[in-house]
Amino acid sequence: MSVFDGLKFRRVYSPIHNLDPRIKFIYVCAIFVIAIMFGELLPLIILFTFQIPFVLLAGVKREWIRSMRGAAFLATIIFLTNFVFAYLGARGIGQSLENAVAMTLRFIVLIESFSIFFLTTSPDHLGLALEQTHVPYEFTFAFTTAVRFVPVLAEEAQTIMDAQKARGLELERGNFLKRIRNYIPILIPLIVSAIRRSLELAEAMESRAWGATKKRTNLYVLKMHKGDFILIAITIGILAVAIYIRLYLPIPSINQLLANIN
Amino acid sequence: MIEVEDVYFTYPNGIEALKGISLTIKNGEFVAIMGQNGAGKTTLVKHFNGLLKPTKGKVSIDGVETTKVSVATLARKVGFVFQNPDHQLFSETVEDEIAFALKNFGFKETVIKKRVSWALNLLGLTKYRKTSPFMLSGGERKRVALASVLAWDPKILILDEPTIGQDYQQKEKLRQFILQLKAQRKTIIIVTHDVEFVAECNPRVILMREGKIVADGEASKILTTPEVLNQAFIVPPQIAQIFFQLSDLGFPRNIIDIYEAREILLKAIRRKTM
Amino acid sequence: MAVIQTRNLTYMYPTATKPAIRDVSIKIEKGEFVLITGPSGCGKTTLCRCFNGLIPHFYQGEINGEITVAGLNILEHPTSELAKHVGLVFQNPENQLFALSVEKDVAFGLENLGYPREKMQKRVDWALNLTGIYELRERAPHELSGGQQQRVAIASVLAMQPEIMVLDEPTSFLDPLTAKKIFEVIYELNNTLGITVVLVEHRLDLTAQYSNHIIIMNQGKVVLDGEPREILSSKETRLIGVGIPKATRLYQILKEDDGVKLGKKIPLSSEEMTKLLREVIKT
Repeated sequence: MSVFDGLKFRRVYSPIHNLDPRIKFIYVCAIFVIAIMFGELLPLIILFTFQIPFVLLAGVKREWIRSMRGAAFLATIIFLTNFVFAYLGARGIGQSLENAVAMTLRFIVLIESFSIFFLTTSPDHLGLALEQTHVPYEFTFAFTTAVRFVPVLAEEAQTIMDAQKARGLELERGNFLKRIRNYIPILIPLIVSAIRRSLELAEAMESRAWGATKKRTNLYVLKMHKGDFILIAITIGILAVAIYIRLYLPIPSINQLLANIN
Repeated sequence: MIEVEDVYFTYPNGIEALKGISLTIKNGEFVAIMGQNGAGKTTLVKHFNGLLKPTKGKVSIDGVETTKVSVATLARKVGFVFQNPDHQLFSETVEDEIAFALKNFGFKETVIKKRVSWALNLLGLTKYRKTSPFMLSGGERKRVALASVLAWDPKILILDEPTIGQDYQQKEKLRQFILQLKAQRKTIIIVTHDVEFVAECNPRVILMREGKIVADGEASKILTTPEVLNQAFIVPPQIAQIFFQLSDLGFPRNIIDIYEAREILLKAIRRKTM
Repeated sequence: MAVIQTRNLTYMYPTATKPAIRDVSIKIEKGEFVLITGPSGCGKTTLCRCFNGLIPHFYQGEINGEITVAGLNILEHPTSELAKHVGLVFQNPENQLFALSVEKDVAFGLENLGYPREKMQKRVDWALNLTGIYELRERAPHELSGGQQQRVAIASVLAMQPEIMVLDEPTSFLDPLTAKKIFEVIYELNNTLGITVVLVEHRLDLTAQYSNHIIIMNQGKVVLDGEPREILSSKETRLIGVGIPKATRLYQILKEDDGVKLGKKIPLSSEEMTKLLREVIKT
């Protein structure tokens, strides 16, 4: 019911959502490595465009655009510093510009692939993946429980704020120190309630046979499907092509291409 | 006086919680806002002290529109006791907890002292003055929360779900207390789905469903109209149920009070046996 | 056969100065629907925690007396083992669901017990169907309404097929109509599957009609224990300040104070009271 709504994962079904998170993660890492391999603009543009079909297929265009917009500020800074330094390093404007755009795009590609991963992987899927890559269950349980309770606590913080405002608390009043102190009446109830909650949670877990056997089973099992194999093939394919290009082919800069056309 | 004119409210996440609410609550009235969870009851009362501002329409308290003043200013007039006392208790002692709002409102030290003692006494908490609120039982914590609001003597008092988790005796005490405040001409608004409690208090009832008001009137009328109650997903009080079931024998259908029920039934039974 | 039996059970929480329950001796038979009630702080919740060994295994503290549940001495068996026999449902549904899908939450206990997957899925579906939430199985529990959440909580202990279900004020956050439906689900489990139900409640107007055994506690002690109609119409109950159903109270007033000759069967619901009234008014 508040600004914290964005933290809730929306359950959607799409070919991308259904992919095995482990494979998706490998794919993201591969894109990461390739982006680091190339400093030239042309391959980075290709890499950037290459991932757009994934976004469309997953149907998360709006969320994706929002996360890209979130990265815009950092991207601008990266662009400006790169441009200024290249220019000061006595390169021509055209080349400096191209270099700065390339560095910015490299950053954007990284953000792009990670946001696709997180936008299309449900927390329970991720927990399951952790579990099946033999991460101890206690750890994955803590992870999924945290994901589950963050929105609840956020909502609770909102209620507590309302309750204290109703008793005349004005959060934005006073100097810096006073403002920090204004948050004490909100933090204490929040902490007390979180402790109480965790006790109740522990009680409920105990009552449902937590720790009954060492060999815990799982209702869901991650299985590789056709899509996962396709994604593996794509990943290996682009990685191979990228390495080949890096090693054996010269990459023209956009400036050169433009010059050739003329 | 609370005036609500054609108020709509939509949460940032797009949920339309209020869809065209209009009502007036006069000074000294005792009102119960009822309806299923999610009907918009709490959203509505949060408009009365400005915690929420209408997306469309307007809410005024004693003629002042809530958008024109701060929550703190409105709170002086409109006391709001939240459902869960644990959402507000944070002080080291009960005394400090009650003084918190008074300090926020800038009362003088001597006045604060007086008010705190008064509120402690009013709710039978004097012996816990120096106790940590966290050491108290659930019912006692609820009373501390109530005292911390009553301390500044607001004209209008809103109680959100005051009977949840309370046992019969605690409810009975609360009822007595509300009646006492009513006698002092305070405006009291309770948000609740406790039909039996409302039947015993007999306030004006405002029935909500999906962000709209579906009925507004005396408890004995609203709580005995099955068509309306069904709409708001409310089970009628037991006494009312008995009288619906007996209505084919010519009994009135608007009975919720057990002693009134007794009188009517006695008359009917005596008539038969004589 | 008694499924729960205690003898002089006394327990004190680790930081407390006086016992939360004292000399509790009760006997609950298989298949009963037991209602435990009493003023706040009377020890109801503490007693519930003893039934599956949360007390003393989780809470520590000092316990005296005897208690056997489903033939097991709780002092000698951990909660994880008792959980197979006793399912505990708590007051706040929000804090007893922790998975990210309903199905997974219902499976939690079975996963802990190491059930094979196919068997587990069958059990989960069975529990979801009985509680009427099969179509919600893929939803996230925190997106559900309070009533639906409480059904998930019931399903999640039901999946372990316990002989006994203990529910500690399961509907106090719910509105009456939703609460009524939850009580109907609980009654069905008792009636059709023969599960012994122990229900802690203040709302007797909605629950008394289902029970066939009632225990009233006050200040850590059992003060009344027996047949609901007898107990709810007794003077002691009223003096303790238990919220007697209005139908029962009306019967009491008419019969005792006004001397009206009403039928013998003490009513627990409005229907039962109406029937009695019809008898005297029509004849």
